[in-house]
Order: sequence, then C-alpha cells, then structure tokens
Amino acid sequence: MSEITAEQVAHLANLARIALTEDEIAHLTTELGQIMQAVEKVGEVATPDVAPTSHPIPMQNVFRADVVGDDDVLTAEQAVAGAPEADGSRFVVSAILGEEQ
Amino acid sequence: MSEIIRLTAAALGEKLAAGEVSSVEATRAHLDRIAAVDGAVHAFLHVDAEGALAAAADVDRRRAAGESFGPLAGVPVAVKDVLVTEGMPSTAGSRILEGWIPPYDATPVRLVREAGMIPLGKTNMDEFAMGSSTEHSAYGPTHNPWDLERIPGGSGGGSAAAVAAFEAPLALGSDTGGSIRQPAHVTGTVGVKPTYGAVSRYGSIALASSLDQIGPVTRTVLDAALLQDVIAGHDPHDSTSIPEAWPSMAEAVRRADVSGVRIGVVKQLDSDGVQAGVRAKFHESLELLQRNGAEIVEIDAPNFEYAIAAYYLILPAEASSNLAKFDSVRFGLRVTPEGGGTVEQVMAATREAGFGPEVKRRIILGTYALSAGYYDAYYGSAQKVRTLVQRDFDAAFAKVDVLATPTAPTTAFKLGEKLDDPLAMYLNDVATIPANLAGVPGISLPAGLAPEDGLPVGIQFLAPARQDARLYNVGGALERLLEAEWGAPLLSRAPDLSSHEMAAAEEGAL
Repeated sequence: MSEITAEQVAHLANLARIALTEDEIAHLTTELGQIMQAVEKVGEVATPDVAPTSHPIPMQNVFRADVVGDDDVLTAEQAVAGAPEADGSRFVVSAILGEEQ
Repeated sequence: MSEIIRLTAAALGEKLAAGEVSSVEATRAHLDRIAAVDGAVHAFLHVDAEGALAAAADVDRRRAAGESFGPLAGVPVAVKDVLVTEGMPSTAGSRILEGWIPPYDATPVRLVREAGMIPLGKTNMDEFAMGSSTEHSAYGPTHNPWDLERIPGGSGGGSAAAVAAFEAPLALGSDTGGSIRQPAHVTGTVGVKPTYGAVSRYGSIALASSLDQIGPVTRTVLDAALLQDVIAGHDPHDSTSIPEAWPSMAEAVRRADVSGVRIGVVKQLDSDGVQAGVRAKFHESLELLQRNGAEIVEIDAPNFEYAIAAYYLILPAEASSNLAKFDSVRFGLRVTPEGGGTVEQVMAATREAGFGPEVKRRIILGTYALSAGYYDAYYGSAQKVRTLVQRDFDAAFAKVDVLATPTAPTTAFKLGEKLDDPLAMYLNDVATIPANLAGVPGISLPAGLAPEDGLPVGIQFLAPARQDARLYNVGGALERLLEAEWGAPLLSRAPDLSSHEMAAAEEGAL
C-alpha cells in the first residue's frame, strides 16, 4: 500500500498549494515511501472492534451567545496590519480566476 | 557571572518582594547575559530590551506604590516563538512569518504579563514546532549550552537553552510530542507538559490541535510549579480549555513526599534501545525514590510501541490542515511568480518559498493520510491506536500513581547527525509521545550526567489527566533527594559559556 509515485506527490503538492520543484518531488517520493512504511504499523492493532479517539479529554461542545461584544475583537485596521498587501481595511489579493477560467 | 542570573525564579521573586533587588536590575542582568552568550547559544530569535526594561520599571513603580503581586512579579521570562505576542515579532521559526507582529497576546503571554513577569523576547524553535533539535528553524539552530556542537532538543530548544544558559530564569514552551520534555532532558533543565486543556492554546500557533499543550520550562521543579500556577486555568477563547479550577502546584512541591507513592516503570520504554548512561541514571533515580519510601512496580504498556506510528499520522494530518492558514493573504510572506499569477499561484509560490523541508514533508504526508481512499487505513487507524494507548494508561493508573520512563533514548546528539534521516529523528520522541496521544501530563527533570559522555540525562514522570500535582510531588521530592546527593544543582556543572563564546568568536563561527 505504501507505493508512492512522483505523480502522486505532485498531485498532493497541488492539493496543499505548494509549488514543489522537481528535485523536491523526487526526494519526497522516496522519503514518504519510507515514512508510510513505518507508520503503516498502526494497521497491526487497529482492528474493527476498537473505537477511534479524536480527542484526548472527553469534552462537551462549547456554546456562547451569538453576539459581537467581546472587548477583544480586533478592529479591521488591526486585522489587516500584518497582511502583505491591504488597503487599510481590506486584504488585497491578485485575480481569483486565471484567463483560461 | 552576576549572582542575580544564578537565582531560581522563586528566589528572585522573594528578593524582588523584599526590595533587595529591583525588577529593572534583574531584567538588565539577564539582558547583559543574553548579550554576552547568545551569540554562541542562539536561544533567542528576538530580544525586546526596551520593552522588557519598561515593563520592569512599571512593576517596580507599582510595587513601590504599595501594589501587591504574586510570587513571580518582576521576574523575567522567555517566550517560545510559537506564542503570539503583541508588539513582538512571532515567527514560529518559519520564514513564512518573518517580521509578522501580531495584534494580540496569546493567553499564556497575557497571564505572565498580568502576573508582573517581564517578557525578555522570543525563543528559537523548529519551524512550526516540527522537530527534535531546533535544526529545522529557518533562522539557524540553537546550541546546547553543555556542548555547543550538540542539539538543545526540540522543538523548544531555544527556551530550554535560554534557561540552561542563565539567559532567563524560566520560559514558556509548547509540547505536541515532547517539545518541552525532550529539550529539558538534553539540557539538564525541567520541563512540564500539563494535562491537555490545562493551559489555554489561544494565541499558540497551532501544530496539531488535539496534541498541543503550553507549559513551563525552568531550572527547578518549584519554578515550573509557580509558572504553571500562573498560566493554567479556564479560558473562554479556547473551547478545549478545562473549566475546573486547579490546586496549587507550588504547594505540591513544597509538601513533596514520595513515601507510599506507587511508581510504575513502563517495561517497553526501559529497554536496550536506551543509551546505557541514560538507563543507568534512570535506575539510580528509581532506587533513590525506593529508598525513600516509594514503591516501584513494573508496568506493561503493549500499545506504546505503536504510539510513534500513530503520532506521525495524526500530527501531519492536523498540521496540514492548521498550516493552510499561511496563504499569503492575511499575514507574513507573499511571493508573486514572475509575470504575476492568480491568488492560487501566488499561494503555492509563497508556500514553496516560505516553508522549510520538514514542514513540506509533513504537510504532504498529512495531505496523503487524509486523502479519500486512505483516510480509514491511516488517520482512522491512528485514532484507534490512540484509544489503545489510552487503555494502556488507564490500566497502568489502576495500579500505580505515576509512571516513570527515561525522557528520551539518548543524550544530546551532534548538530547535523540526524538531519538527513527523518525517521531516526522521529524516534527521539518514543517516550514522550504517548502522553500527548492520551492528554496526560508529564514532567522531565534532571537525573544526572551520563558517565560515557558527561551530558545531562532526564527522567520523565507521567500522571493521569488532571493529576498534574502528582508530577510536582514526585518531581519535587526526587529533585531534593538528588541535589542532596550532588551537593548542588546539576546545572552548576555546566561549562562556563563565556570562554566558549570567545573561542567561537575567534573562529568566526558567530
């Protein structure tokens, strides 16, 4: 099951939005194969009768009133202050769609 | 070396309260120490001398005006760069966040400020806390103060080295698979991962949300307890924060007594795979505890051997999701491909340039583990192992009060030694990971120096969830017994860094 191909890694990189170089893809293909082989060990004991645990401490969902009013809500200016590009109150990005879209 | 920086945080706090030393003096002494040795150690990514001195002057002024404070008021503290800090850069060791100054404080940072503590700056770490050596920091590794050619542990090597090198009396760390405890082990310091949910994760740049926990990094068990007392408690901003109040951990240390305490030794983690000197110090500590009334019981935890495999599925899966927020839009780096591009192309170019190799490795691994068709086999199976590890803990804690293990299999290895072998690096966390999978608290404290290499060795104790006070009891008692044998704290045997610094400067290594 741990056969990982360079095409798969390229596809994963696209899903994860990382423009990996050819060298990185080649390197990662080998490494991921080795790592997956090691972690597949979980299959030895993860039998159907065992329930999965998603969270270490059992907890109830937490609700709060659906109102703005917390005194620590950021202002728009604070929220965009660390952005690479902003117009003062909004984030500025490049085109969402390419020309062929 | 100034006497002030040699004091424990507890002792410094007492001197500050008694007016024998001012917070400005204490802060200046630590800033001077940072200036003298951090070129060689590289524990800090950012030092805020001006902000620290202003905060110290403010505490001194308020104290003079009669305001009463807690035991750590006026004491400087170093902050791991994974915690966001208003007005101080916060990078989590990544190029993608270089220069980002957050608009708010993480809850633990807010709490230390409210307690009158003085943040000195931000400490180095593996990028987004992925690593066991700080070598994955985008800003260069931290060096172990015991031997500058060796790793300080990771991911929180900066916090541990800062404390070990007397650059700060204590520090904040984060522990997802051992990032507080393993650095403590290799630097001869104390590190505690509290129960999951004991300390708010609000403002902690998330690695794996079901595993991350913030905790203290210190030189003594009492200092760790005092810091945990400051940072623990319910926070409405973190929905996984435990609502119940906590007992005083400092009180547990002051009353520490191991007579009648049942200590379980996990058979699977006391094996030939552990370096001889690490194992020897572990057993000497256990014998010392036994001579002082503790009962030692062997414990079988058969599923612990699957913990690393489960961890390296759960962590990348959660990290690949958490790190999606670094999208070149809201904070940090933006790289535009030549000739421009769509927002998606800008995002992909930014993440290619901004993430280091270990982060890319884990994001791709996590994306794979969560893919349609593989989810049940990988992420689903890993979550089942999590159940099995919890069952092992439940069975163990039905028989004993705490568990004991060596904190990590070896002493500090050389920088570069495991950098090209991710699987070998991952094995460092074999003893620390089970606690994160089960949410239980753990402590590592110094157990001595390994005879074969003269490097520090830690011992780890684990307790049931919410029973953090048991760790402080056993840890506090063992520390007292060991220091009585040694005649001084272990760190008094660490090399004098000022000579290292001069030698390094001469070689142009700074």
